[in-house]
Amino acid sequence: MNLNDIPEKNPLSMQLDLSKFSGEQFSLATEEEKQQQDVMSESTTFFKDGMRKLFKNPLAVMSIILLAVILATIIFAPLVVPYRYEEILSVEGKRDKGAKNLAPFTYSELEQRYIEKGGERFPHIFGTDEQCRDYFIRVVYGTRISLFIGFFASIIVLIIGMLYGSISGYMGGRVDLIMMRIVDIIYSLPDMLMIILLSVVLQEVLQFKSGTLLAKLGTNMVSLFIVFGLLYWVGMARLIRGQILSIKENEYILAARSIGAKPGRIIRKHILPNCLSVIIISTALQIPSAIFTESFLSFVGIGVKAPMPSLGSLANSAREGLQSYPYKLVFPAIVICLIVLSLNLLGDGLRDAFDPKLKR
Amino acid sequence: MTKYIIKRILLAVLTVFVICAITFFLMHAVPGGPFNREKALSEATIAALNARYNLDKPEGQQFILYLKNLLHGDFGVSLKNGREIKAIIGESFPISAKLGIFAMIVALFLGTVFGSTAALMRNKLPDRIIVFLSTLFTAVPSFILATLLLLVFCIQLKLIPVWDANSHSYLLPVIALSAYPMAYITRLSKTSMLDALSQDYIRTARAKGVSKFKMIFKHALRNSLIPVITYAGPQIAYIITGSMVIETIFTIGGLGSKFVSAITNRDYTMIMATTIFLASLMVIANLICDLLYKLVDPRIKYD
Repeated sequence: MNLNDIPEKNPLSMQLDLSKFSGEQFSLATEEEKQQQDVMSESTTFFKDGMRKLFKNPLAVMSIILLAVILATIIFAPLVVPYRYEEILSVEGKRDKGAKNLAPFTYSELEQRYIEKGGERFPHIFGTDEQCRDYFIRVVYGTRISLFIGFFASIIVLIIGMLYGSISGYMGGRVDLIMMRIVDIIYSLPDMLMIILLSVVLQEVLQFKSGTLLAKLGTNMVSLFIVFGLLYWVGMARLIRGQILSIKENEYILAARSIGAKPGRIIRKHILPNCLSVIIISTALQIPSAIFTESFLSFVGIGVKAPMPSLGSLANSAREGLQSYPYKLVFPAIVICLIVLSLNLLGDGLRDAFDPKLKR
Repeated sequence: MTKYIIKRILLAVLTVFVICAITFFLMHAVPGGPFNREKALSEATIAALNARYNLDKPEGQQFILYLKNLLHGDFGVSLKNGREIKAIIGESFPISAKLGIFAMIVALFLGTVFGSTAALMRNKLPDRIIVFLSTLFTAVPSFILATLLLLVFCIQLKLIPVWDANSHSYLLPVIALSAYPMAYITRLSKTSMLDALSQDYIRTARAKGVSKFKMIFKHALRNSLIPVITYAGPQIAYIITGSMVIETIFTIGGLGSKFVSAITNRDYTMIMATTIFLASLMVIANLICDLLYKLVDPRIKYD
């Protein structure tokens, strides 16, 4: 631009009189200065953006920390505490009959004498139970079992629901209609009653060879998983079908189909990644509900097999002698509540961060 | 509309049938007959008993006979005490129903009150407290809450007598049973109330100079109740299963605790009959809720 080209100022105009500026005051910007004017935010992916939002949510961060603490405890505590969950306490090889229902951080007479003699004894952090077992390690193992059940049940629900829902949604038409009628019927079955019924029967019918993994888990736990696999996937299947029905209409699916991509590939490569956030969120919210169900079944008496503890069965067996030893109820109760609360809050946080559409 | 109602009723009938079939065949898959005792009965006795209870016929025929009996209101006989199950249900179900209805009313009423209060006083102290408590109570399993209530109020403080033949206090059982649905309804009605408050018709009503009271009760609250009604259906299922636990803990002799003890005693005919009874109840309740929902909100399409 040539400065001489500046038009003469109209005396009535309110504009600056540019001709008053000399060449130095009014020069072209250098490349460097131009670059400074470009406002560029750092490029971000969907995942990064979601994580940033998640970590801005104080409740979600708090629940992540809480879950991390609980996970660390149940992983490392068995390494530190020298007792096992099914072990009846003994001192120097002799059964310690006085170690029944000890209060937290107390020792039985035998242990007291042993310590006075100079022996080391690991404290019973949560006391002991009615069968002279260390209660802390039982709560730790109970938490392990409950979380394990919650996690695996959700995975089973996820896999079955995803397969069923994506096939039904993708095929459409008559297949979809029939598949969804089946879902409708299963959905309207009262789930809790069916679970109770199935577990009662499966426990009688299922027999495992001793020594195998299934036998170790016990019929109750296996039937719990079977029940989840049979009944709980319908919600997930409905959700994924709905997602796929809307995603299917996009142009990129049409493009993929026009170059000859097979249905399986389209579902895996194009459709599922697009409904991933919904899937993750509902799986996260499934875990606490599975833990709830397990504790309910343990309460009714068809949960995990003794001596294996779960939080539900611990809380249930604490009901006897509630007056004298209320702490036996309080510890597993607090752990259940903390786990369910933090998983719920985390699920809500994930939903807000990754899927603003799904707000309920 | 008529087409929708017919379709919905047919689905409900089909569901009840499926439930009967599942229950019947599952229970018959359990090894061992009902007459396996510690002391073996003679062949002739077993044959006579089998003929008496139609157990000598093929399973398909047995199922049809069982359905026929069900339609006549005959649930069979309890394996453990030999009593008519119909009589057991007849005497214990009213107690459960009373408990459940109380809990449902408390949950629906207080839930909407708390939820609407939280929505109207958004981001103020009452809202914070309500949100905190409702989040907390959705994380407490009902059996833990019930046991804690029993421990604190009945045993430690002795404020409320433990349930026995002479003193019936529904207070604690109702609190324990309604806590979870109440917390859930509170959250639900808060979001739907906020949603209703941001609608155009509320702005119009305010522009017209409608009083705040009338605006809340006539315009906002009525519209915010619709999602709550949808939730009431599944809630009945929760109340029924929840009351099994609550009744067992508070030793109330309702149908729920009878069901739990049938499970522990492996009383198969009782389990079968109670499952079918309770499940049909849930299906019918769901049906009524669904129809009610369409009736209340004419904007919903009947697809």
